[in-house]
Amino acid sequence: MEVLAAALVIGGIGTIAAIGLGVAAKVFAVYIDPKVIEVGEVLPGANCGGCGYTGCAAAATAVVKGKVGANVCVVGGQECAEAVAGIMGLSAEEGEVGIAELGCKYSVTTAHLLFDYDGIEDCRAAALVNGGGKVCSMGCLGFGTCISACQFGALYRGADGLPAVDKERCTACGACERICPKGIIRVQTPSRKFTHVQTDDDCVAPCQATCPAQIDIPAYIAAIGRGDYEKAVCIIKESNPFPLVCGRVCPHVCESVCRRNDIDEPVNINHLKRFAADFEMNSGKRFLPQVLPPNGKRVAIIGAGPGGLTCAYYLARMGYQIKVFESMPKPGGMLLYGIPEYRLPKKTLDWEIGGILELGVELECDKKLGVDFTIEDLYEQGYDAIFLAVGAWDSRRLGVPGEQDFPQVASGTEFLIKRGLGEETPVGRDVIIVGGGNTAMDAARTSWRLGAENVYLLYRRSRKEMPANDIEVDEGEHEGIKYHFLAAPTKLIGTGGKLDAMEFLKMELGEPDASGRRRPVPIEGSESNIQADNVFSAIGQSPDLTCLDAEGVASKLGRTKWNSIEAADGTMQTDVSNIFSGGDAWRGAATAVEAIRDGRFAARSINLLLTGEELTLPSNWYARAPKLPGIDEGIKIDKSERARMIELSVDDRRMNFNEVELGITEEMAKKESERCLQCGEVCYQGYREKAS
Amino acid sequence: MTEYLLLVVYAVLVNNILLAQFLGNCPFLGTSQKMSTATGMAMAVIFVLTFAGVITWAVQWYVLVPLELEYLQTIAFILVIAALVQLVEIVLQKTAPALYSALGIFLPLITTNCAVLGVAIINIKEDYDFANTVVFSFASAVGFGLALVLFAGLRERFALSRMPRALQGTVSGLITAGLMALAFQGFMKLGG
Repeated sequence: MEVLAAALVIGGIGTIAAIGLGVAAKVFAVYIDPKVIEVGEVLPGANCGGCGYTGCAAAATAVVKGKVGANVCVVGGQECAEAVAGIMGLSAEEGEVGIAELGCKYSVTTAHLLFDYDGIEDCRAAALVNGGGKVCSMGCLGFGTCISACQFGALYRGADGLPAVDKERCTACGACERICPKGIIRVQTPSRKFTHVQTDDDCVAPCQATCPAQIDIPAYIAAIGRGDYEKAVCIIKESNPFPLVCGRVCPHVCESVCRRNDIDEPVNINHLKRFAADFEMNSGKRFLPQVLPPNGKRVAIIGAGPGGLTCAYYLARMGYQIKVFESMPKPGGMLLYGIPEYRLPKKTLDWEIGGILELGVELECDKKLGVDFTIEDLYEQGYDAIFLAVGAWDSRRLGVPGEQDFPQVASGTEFLIKRGLGEETPVGRDVIIVGGGNTAMDAARTSWRLGAENVYLLYRRSRKEMPANDIEVDEGEHEGIKYHFLAAPTKLIGTGGKLDAMEFLKMELGEPDASGRRRPVPIEGSESNIQADNVFSAIGQSPDLTCLDAEGVASKLGRTKWNSIEAADGTMQTDVSNIFSGGDAWRGAATAVEAIRDGRFAARSINLLLTGEELTLPSNWYARAPKLPGIDEGIKIDKSERARMIELSVDDRRMNFNEVELGITEEMAKKESERCLQCGEVCYQGYREKAS
Repeated sequence: MTEYLLLVVYAVLVNNILLAQFLGNCPFLGTSQKMSTATGMAMAVIFVLTFAGVITWAVQWYVLVPLELEYLQTIAFILVIAALVQLVEIVLQKTAPALYSALGIFLPLITTNCAVLGVAIINIKEDYDFANTVVFSFASAVGFGLALVLFAGLRERFALSRMPRALQGTVSGLITAGLMALAFQGFMKLGG
């Protein structure tokens, strides 16, 4: 009897509890993807946290969300990865392979030190004392706490005293990253790298800090030094998918801040980049990166210029389905239609763009936004986000009498675009270019190649203020371009629709204006004439936004006061949350490398937006590079000569559009790479040995 | 009111469930390596223990005693606690997903935390009424949390200090726990 009562009571409580739980499970049901449960079942269930997620259930959720690959489990091994891959329809290798990487190059014996730390031998303890003994805030403290944290024996102390990674053993579990008090050792995957925005916490050399595209310059130069050109190209393409183009046309601001400037001459960074890129092209075999499996999301990109194609390249690598719409007959944007053949051969550009399209990027030419389709059409076709990179194709007019009267007067871009389209562009004996930028130089040097005998370039300020690349101005001079500085056009003179001459005024430099440059002031009564058969004006470009004149979504996009598309710097997001912009369309006329930066940043933002994460930037990111210290006083570093580009002689350039710069040889590249001081933010090679 | 206040002081400091009663030592050693884990566990225990105390009290006085089946107390309580933890987990997942994910794996782990069963049984032994049960359960859990968080703080410091190999890890943990228990003995006087 008593046994029965006991059984009834316990059974009763059990039943009530079971019913309660059953009801609760029904009422408070939370939808869980059945795949999460399936994946959870094949994971070992040890809840060890080695993968970086809190328990196997969390890891299963991450797999199903596509945040990690099938190889998430660090203890389950290949069998487990294959089982997960089977459920998810992936291959076990398809996830990104991460590897621990140390973000510091100088050990405590070679770096700049603030004080000698001799306390407890643990990085976390050392970090408590003013952030450690190093001058910089992000240097490796060198006690190897990460080495002892690694459960897989993948970290060891390298010969230089810094932790080194055994690539075979590293499982990318992230234990080192979690224990490092300064975030110096990180598990890096390609996508984590190319979606990175530089912050004050990154140890970067002055060149990398200044490069708009944020290329890891010392790393690729070191790779070239080792003869590993494939690696060098891969490093560049983590930040810039256009090494062939940038190696030729980049204004290379990186070189102007190179620490070598304090010793002799800057490292020839840009031509080293070109050398590595040329090596890839000449080898005929593309170094294609890993493309993640399709994630089912689609992004439309308007404009196949450097910005648009960069955005396409990085999104494609992350598994997005990309379609690029281009209004012109061929892709390339201003790289194709603005930059003349002798600076950037079409064949070279085609090869580079081919590498981007080969990742599965779809391209449709002769499709103009606002004419052939609208933004609403793209939404209807199921695109989740849009990147507007329509460039700056409108050119400013001279605004002088007679400008509209003669067919021989045109803008420099119109002239160059015609050439890009393969049309005939004959020029007369005397050609005048107005303007001082790269477009002006391109128009001048193109005219000279087309047979003009006298090419004049009028610029209203002096040579020092010219925005064109120095090399362009120098080469133009070699080719016999006649510069007229401090001169501004006032009138175009001709008879019967035929241009004869241009009248101009002499100027002098007055007070500095808002841009910091001295404002040119006309000198009264200094008018004079130059004979002219053609006049090309290249005094500024701006975006042609007639493509956005439509009603609807397009009308919601804000404009800047320079008539470009309004977008937030860094996130590149416009006033419409899933439309992004960058490059010339946002900046007004700027450089290719800046458009490339914007394209990459936009790809980062689009990925954040479409994976449902918060679209923010790190609080300490910088849009303008910080000023970094140069070589310390009293330190002597041996001088060496900078590699000089091999060029076509001036006589061989006339009447043809052969590429002027021929590249540097392997031997030169190797030697030049040795000139690099492999700088960190404050450290550089030779600091300690020369100082002591 | 003073009665409850005294009960709180008694449960949190004087008769701390961990350091005076030595219940719940497993999570005490297991989840005290990191401060964030320790706070998570402490929160989960406060949550569950308060509920468990109340429900087991009801089971005792409305089911077991009228039926004269007090000897089934242990098994009945374990059943109730296990079911309760599951229930809390289900409800939290729906209503407070943020809290649910913050507590994570600790929530189901509490099922096997003997401090919960211990407090439930003490409630009965001491003949507490309903209000006293609520206060005592909550305060005991707070005491558990306090000891756990203090202990985690100490252990985080240990990680940074030079320690003979033989004392590293659980060894130093147990010694510290002993010293902390001694320190808490000092609160005995508070109880008069």
